[in-house]
Amino acid sequence: MDLLYRPWPWFVAGPIIGLTVPLLLWIGNKRLGISSTLRHICAACLPANVPLFNYDWKKEIWSLFFAGGLFIGGWIGGWIFANPNPVAISPSTVEYFSGFGITRQTGLMPSSIFDWDLLLSLKGFLVMVGGGFLVGFGTRYAQGCTSGHGILGLSALQWPSLVATASFFLGGISFAHLVLPYILGL
Amino acid sequence: MKNMRYLFVGIVFGLALTKGEAVSWYRIQEMFRFESFHMFGIFMTAVPVGALSLFLLRKFEVKTLDGKDIEKPKKHFHPGIIIGSLIFGFGWALTGACPGPLYAQIGSGSTVTVVTLIAALAGTWTFGKVQHVLPG
Repeated sequence: MDLLYRPWPWFVAGPIIGLTVPLLLWIGNKRLGISSTLRHICAACLPANVPLFNYDWKKEIWSLFFAGGLFIGGWIGGWIFANPNPVAISPSTVEYFSGFGITRQTGLMPSSIFDWDLLLSLKGFLVMVGGGFLVGFGTRYAQGCTSGHGILGLSALQWPSLVATASFFLGGISFAHLVLPYILGL
Repeated sequence: MKNMRYLFVGIVFGLALTKGEAVSWYRIQEMFRFESFHMFGIFMTAVPVGALSLFLLRKFEVKTLDGKDIEKPKKHFHPGIIIGSLIFGFGWALTGACPGPLYAQIGSGSTVTVVTLIAALAGTWTFGKVQHVLPG
């Protein structure tokens, strides 16, 4: 029973993630990609007169089912069979973030930032609302995210996806080292 | 109901992301600080498995379940890929989430991530609105 609750090592999770690429192609010629679901939701709810959102989003409804599956997968893996122990990150990461009052608890997200009560604090707003905005804006500008470029694009040996993935990491690494400490220190 | 197939694959994908802790804010921070191999190990196994599978699908001329040819995924370059990817990288470092993990994080019980998802929708919408004045 314990096995159901335990997190999976990278060499189990990674190959299963990789197998979604051929699986989606095989069952219906679909390309792995999640950021496009954000576009479809915009097209469905508020297309306005924006050219990017004026298309027949109903033809892409499969991806919203896929996103629904991600939600259920998160619920099964992170709620029903939640790991009872804190995420086993390295001691140096633990030490670094404890300096910002972020102590390691159970759950996948630190509740000292991701909490409804902190949404209207400057720090909480910048992380959750500002960060979310950048994720949505940047992935659409890049026409893909970690799944569409990082997993599918690289698997298909598409060089633009290599440029994208390198830029994801360049942006993330530089931000985490140069800017994040100031925001977490607020 | 053909769409149930995609729901099912989504559940498996979401489970692997969640149990592999790729949706964890802590793991993403640890990755950007190069303090563990875990996340890099996930990428370094997912991509070769995906690549090998695509190679085999092509080599054996596998058809889709409906008997159609499988289309080769192609990505076209434009300068926005670099600018947009950097912007997404900043957001990834803040939220610890790419779009996929946002859905999984909400499912795992982080209800406030609904706000992050709405903010991401606002970001996508804003991009659409200002796209014509941006380079690339």
